[in-house]
Amino acid sequence: MVETKKTILVACGTAIATSTVMSVGIAEALKARGIYVNMRQCKTAEIRGHLEGVNLIVTTTGITGDFGVPIIRSLAFLTGMGKDKLIDDIVAVLNQ
Amino acid sequence: MANTITKLLEPTAVQLNFDAETSEEVIKTLGDLLFKAGHVQSTFVEGALERELSLPTGLELGGKINAAIPHTDIIHVIRPALAMATLKKPVTFHNMIAPEELVAVQIVIVMALKEPHQQVEMLQEVAGVLQNAEVIEALMKAQDYKEVMVALEKV
Repeated sequence: MVETKKTILVACGTAIATSTVMSVGIAEALKARGIYVNMRQCKTAEIRGHLEGVNLIVTTTGITGDFGVPIIRSLAFLTGMGKDKLIDDIVAVLNQ
Repeated sequence: MANTITKLLEPTAVQLNFDAETSEEVIKTLGDLLFKAGHVQSTFVEGALERELSLPTGLELGGKINAAIPHTDIIHVIRPALAMATLKKPVTFHNMIAPEELVAVQIVIVMALKEPHQQVEMLQEVAGVLQNAEVIEALMKAQDYKEVMVALEKV
């Protein structure tokens, strides 16, 4: 179980399109498992300025690099493929 | 019901069985139509093309047909709108999540977006289209705007 409310930063190219779809999808799917999180969005180019208090980054782009926070690449809530696996992976990271 | 996208899809910016050679040609054509319809600034096409180079929007959908969703910063947009092309033959986009990979794309939805919270429904419905193989197939078969609307009603 996740005991304190964790924060997930969702990063995409413009911070308005795919990160919105992913953010809403992730929040709903986690809620369905009884897990409540803070969701934040930003542009991938601006990740470093949004890391405070962030436990996990989910990105829809090909960005690489070490941000000192676990990072998961996924388009699951956009294409519909791999939703359950994504949520499993997120829960695993949040429980670490 | 795909209420939001059917409202936001610009009728004059729907190109069916469009014969294009490159992704740039598709983005430029759809972007110009959105500009003529008054939805975007004259800088939109350039913004979308530029963004596509650094942050591509090709999506593998798992079926036979792949899609791309070109879009750019809100500064280039006057009001939210969508443009769509189904392509006679696939054009090459780079994969959003793995830009080094190429995706053969046959359906392109150009999104003119404003602030995210104003258009969650629209974005969710676009995702709903991408996730529904039947709707994608119906869109590919559509011969006119009316058939596109009928296909989108199934989302």
